[in-house]
Amino acid sequence: MINTNRLSGASGDRIDRTRILRFTFDGTEYTGHPGDTLASALLANGVLGYGPSIYADRPRGVVSAGTEEPNALVRLRAPQQATMLPATTVELVDGLVADSLSGIGRLDASERVPGADTLCDKKYVHADVVVIGAGPAGLAAAAVAARSGARVLVAEERRELGGALLDARAEQIDGAAAADWIKQQGRQLLEAPETRVLTSSTVVGYYDHNYLLIAQRNPDASGIAQRLWHVRAKQVIIATGAHERPIVFADNDRPGIMLAGAVRRYLNRFAVLPGRRAVVFTSSDSAYDTALDLLAAGGEVSALVDARPEPPQVLVDSVRDAGAEVITGSAVVGTHGAQRITGVRVAPIDADGAITGAVRELDCDLLAVGGGWSPVVHLYGQAGGQLRWDDCAAAFVPAEPVTASRQVIGAARGTFDLAGCVAQGQCAGAKAATEAGYRVAAPAAPEVRGAPRPSRPRQLWLVPGETADPADWTTHFVDLQRDATVRDVWRAVGTGMVSVEHVKRYTTISTGADQGKTSGVNAIGVLAEALGQASIGDVGTTTFRPPYTPVTFSLLAGRDRAELSDPVRTTPIHSWHVEHGALFENVGQWKRPWYYPLHGEDMEQAVLRECRAARTGVAMQDASTLGKIEIVGPDAPEFLNRIYTNGFAKLAVGSARYGLQCKADGMVFDDGVSLRLAEDRYLMTTTTGNAAAVLDWLEEWLQTEWPDLAVHCTSVTEQWSTVAVVGPDSRDVIARLAPDLDVSAAAFPFMAHRETTLASGIPARICRISFSGELAFEVNVASWFGLALWEQVYAAGADYGITPYGTETMHVLRAEKGFPIVGQDTDGTVTPDDLGMGWAIAKHKDFIGKRSFARPDTARTNRKQLVGLLPLDPDEVLPEGAALVEPPVQLNPPVPMLGHVTSSYRSAVLDRGFALALIESGRARIGEVVHAPLGERTVPARVTKPVFYDEEGNRRDGR
Amino acid sequence: MSHDPRALPEHPEWLWRTPEPKSSYDIVIVGAGGHGLATAFYLARQHGITNVAVLERGWLAGGNMARNTTIIRSNYLLEESAALYEHALRLWETWPDDLDYDFLFSQRGVLNLAHTLQDVRDSRRRVFSNQLGGVDAEWLTPDEVAKICPIINTSSDTRYPVLGATFQPRAGIAKHDHVAWALARQCDAMGIDLIQGCEVTGFVTSPDGDRVTGVHTSKGTINAGRIGLAAAGRTSVLTEQLGLRLPIQSHPLQALVSELLEPIHPTVVMSNHVHVYVSQAHKGELVLGAGVDAYNSYTQRGSIPVIEHQMAAAIELFPMFARAQVLRTWAGIVDVTPDASPVISPTPIENLFVNCGWGTGGFKATPAAGWTFAHTLATGAAHSLNAPYALDRFVTGALIDEHGAAAVAH
Repeated sequence: MINTNRLSGASGDRIDRTRILRFTFDGTEYTGHPGDTLASALLANGVLGYGPSIYADRPRGVVSAGTEEPNALVRLRAPQQATMLPATTVELVDGLVADSLSGIGRLDASERVPGADTLCDKKYVHADVVVIGAGPAGLAAAAVAARSGARVLVAEERRELGGALLDARAEQIDGAAAADWIKQQGRQLLEAPETRVLTSSTVVGYYDHNYLLIAQRNPDASGIAQRLWHVRAKQVIIATGAHERPIVFADNDRPGIMLAGAVRRYLNRFAVLPGRRAVVFTSSDSAYDTALDLLAAGGEVSALVDARPEPPQVLVDSVRDAGAEVITGSAVVGTHGAQRITGVRVAPIDADGAITGAVRELDCDLLAVGGGWSPVVHLYGQAGGQLRWDDCAAAFVPAEPVTASRQVIGAARGTFDLAGCVAQGQCAGAKAATEAGYRVAAPAAPEVRGAPRPSRPRQLWLVPGETADPADWTTHFVDLQRDATVRDVWRAVGTGMVSVEHVKRYTTISTGADQGKTSGVNAIGVLAEALGQASIGDVGTTTFRPPYTPVTFSLLAGRDRAELSDPVRTTPIHSWHVEHGALFENVGQWKRPWYYPLHGEDMEQAVLRECRAARTGVAMQDASTLGKIEIVGPDAPEFLNRIYTNGFAKLAVGSARYGLQCKADGMVFDDGVSLRLAEDRYLMTTTTGNAAAVLDWLEEWLQTEWPDLAVHCTSVTEQWSTVAVVGPDSRDVIARLAPDLDVSAAAFPFMAHRETTLASGIPARICRISFSGELAFEVNVASWFGLALWEQVYAAGADYGITPYGTETMHVLRAEKGFPIVGQDTDGTVTPDDLGMGWAIAKHKDFIGKRSFARPDTARTNRKQLVGLLPLDPDEVLPEGAALVEPPVQLNPPVPMLGHVTSSYRSAVLDRGFALALIESGRARIGEVVHAPLGERTVPARVTKPVFYDEEGNRRDGR
Repeated sequence: MSHDPRALPEHPEWLWRTPEPKSSYDIVIVGAGGHGLATAFYLARQHGITNVAVLERGWLAGGNMARNTTIIRSNYLLEESAALYEHALRLWETWPDDLDYDFLFSQRGVLNLAHTLQDVRDSRRRVFSNQLGGVDAEWLTPDEVAKICPIINTSSDTRYPVLGATFQPRAGIAKHDHVAWALARQCDAMGIDLIQGCEVTGFVTSPDGDRVTGVHTSKGTINAGRIGLAAAGRTSVLTEQLGLRLPIQSHPLQALVSELLEPIHPTVVMSNHVHVYVSQAHKGELVLGAGVDAYNSYTQRGSIPVIEHQMAAAIELFPMFARAQVLRTWAGIVDVTPDASPVISPTPIENLFVNCGWGTGGFKATPAAGWTFAHTLATGAAHSLNAPYALDRFVTGALIDEHGAAAVAH
């Protein structure tokens, strides 16, 4: 296997010929060298064709040598898989396997778990100066900034520093060859202790306040595919260079038609001669270097065709002297060939671009096209920067290249001469470092040779077809990846469209994976002509959006996958639950025991057993997940009075109270018991799932509405473990657990809390709180004692057959008592009064939501109210969520609905099914029968009070 | 462009004119998004009013109409919501013929996944309610979910296993831009002036300020019998000039697309709990969205953490998406009311009407928004479908709050 197009031993290239890499493309094996991209290695093997175009099925070849590539898309299969990448950006490695694509990728539906090779991680850093792009401007900037001692971060998209300078042959800076200057600058960066250089790293996102996202493709960590850097920068220097533009002409899409700069890059960086016999077609100066370098490498140049009638004579002479013809004032008006270009048609054009003379045929196997350079302003645009059209540079350039914290330099700013880039870089580096607090002066600009300042390009987007009119030019491709042509643009304009945004959407130009990096400006130019606009600046650009180049979902997800996709929270007692066979329910981020099945019990059997234990003996639950917020400060009583619908200011120290919180609309938001620990200190409990939202809510009011209140709130959810001990035997168990505590009803009444030391020596706070109606205690200890406490309670209750229970039993027990669960029996549209908890609405104080109770709709008496439901068939358990209607049931939609079932269970103590429901005028309907249509059948149920068990509250103090 | 089935269909030869505004119209609509255009369409079609201008600050349908994730469904929980969105869906079903335009309306069904026991309760409640309300809805087990969308990870060992889903078979997607163009074409053909690049800078009012009689614009003053504001988040900025404060807050809402991929995702999947929704568009790109950015903004740019979380969620639900690539992200501005339901209503100012506060529900509601707003503008009073969506509900408390009730992104 011989690299037929590889130049032998050319100096200055970046290929390591001492090592051979084997790779497979579309099933054929080839070789290349370290330093190659997949595209350069294929070109070296004489392969420039990729998949045919997406819709028109036309043969397509590689166009560019970078991220702007529209055609050469591949799917990587080994050593790493990738869905769709430009071959021009794939660094060649041994064993690489790739297949060509036609603009559309493929995912593997058999991947049932995310591929291990897709795991990525993230890093978060701050920097004083970030330099994006390490071409001549960026390197010069970074070197000066690094000298200042500032924390400098350089992100370079390619494997090596140097940017477009690596494509050079004759340029010299400060008396050194370009490659040596690059080395020297790179060394300065390496030696600066606070400077970090990331190569193969693309800045993909530029967000507000200089927040940058960098996709690093070669992280130095094993097992990591890529790394995403989040960087907050004081100063940003954008030195992202420019992309060369093609020119739109008939049949401009044949394989072998490449950008002139790319040809030069393949020659000089990769030592590849992309064609034996070239035509160069240009509207600007830079392609003359391509012609000269082709000739120097032993290639043949049939002609250089310059659209400008009078290009700089020195350039013309240089090419003629090297042995090639220069045809001025002319354009390529068509091409020949099938799988590869075989020739071009050249004709003179006038100042308006019209063909004015006879067509000449030229043979070639390569057409190098230089249509001018488009600054890479994507990141600048993402950050909200505006563009202006620069007629001299023939480019959209930043309208405001320098702000207090951001500078755009070099080709990205429309500065296309090497000397200008280096000088601008040095100044920008000095300014950025100085602004960041590290004063440094810009050195004297170095002398640059072999890179004259370019002359003015001709603004040529579109070479007319030889026949018909633009509406028929179906092979003048504007966007190669999208197969969109001049005809499509004209058709869009013909419909009446005048906005570039509409034409983009109509033609899909610049919506491909390359996001129009090579097609965008040409499309605007073609559109300007179609609209009869004098300047393409009047048309304007579409919006630049992140990411600059595509990034994988897995890179953005990072390590947030599987269990880490959302943190799992467990209590200190979790291991015991697992060992004892609990099944778990996700509540918020928490894993809560749902029920503890024994000996092959199903859920219903287990729950009935757990419920029975709580009602007749003693049972225990891990209640540690309830949200706990300490509310401290002299204004804490007043604060809680405003937060809760009921009063908390007068709550005695040592006591506890159940409270309801409403939103401003008067709807119940959360509930729970708060303990008064001291005059200025409360412990609020919240529902498990709502804890963070409640803390946010409290902070919102404290910070935005009542900053005058001296209160602070601290989440202590994870500082405490709580075990609920429930049932008529619970007093005996607590007495054994806490022998120092007088647990008699007289000494330790309901809704009191006491500090004590357990028999084991663990300090504890014990409360008499009940969510079941039974005598119950909640024992709170510091969380590191949580498991010990649980085991001690379990041991203390062993003689009583103490039974652990989960959330399902908790739900049944509370429903039997008609205690609502916020979020299950409420849905943000339910007031305290709707819940039958008007008693919790204080009359003589103000609180959040109070004003809303006076609103006509909120004060209605026929609102949906929480009631009980007893299915007429006691064996029936209604499905939760079932809609309720008034009999007789007519089932022609829309059926008026009275409400719905919020909670529904089988009760051990009632020995039947029962439910809670929100029903219109529910309390007035008590005794009536409503129906639940369940598709095939309808279940009748009688409306009852929502309290099914021990309405008198006799069981609260136990036996 | 050839007729490859993955290519977009050819558009009509003619879409709309670019007229200069006249000095006066019977009705001026501010905002040429989907809602403004649909309103103009129904003013002409249902009410015979064609002396109408639709004024657009930027380019036609360039706001949220160009930025949404194109999901169309009507499986809302509350009766007022289901009625409005179901009306919209029924109109959607007639629009390809009615507008004579192939805008790729694809009724591929929407799955709303349930991941917690409370999700299951909420979802089943919504299904029961939809079935009685005349909205097609089914409750599916995880196995049934896997049959409809085999690429979802329905195994039980994920962080939040799929416990089931609601399915609305008639729901789906449409090509948003093309919908707008279809409407614009019809409006233009009926003589309505669509005026782009025409920013409303103020109102002409009666001396006492109780009545509007026109608008000041960047193209001069335009008199109007009635004025309908359909400018999403900017609506409140406009009414502020009249001393009318609207209860809406604007947030960035981001969306993104992948590169083009061979067809792999047959339906639309939404998960409120793990926070992502995904469909695959006609051309082949995956289209994903999630929740709003929490802060208020008019920038049409969002923040990266929201996107990162969304990608994690997507991989959790669709493991093969780990290798998909994000091609482009963007943001719209969603205008959210306190109850997350829209306002389609007269205002205390005579001849001024507003249609705003659609939050994330605007695209799917386009036909119904246009239908009801046109009725309101033409008659001066709400249609029975939008009567509940009056501005005064924030005074009376008669809110239509889907927030807590629906286990779905609104």
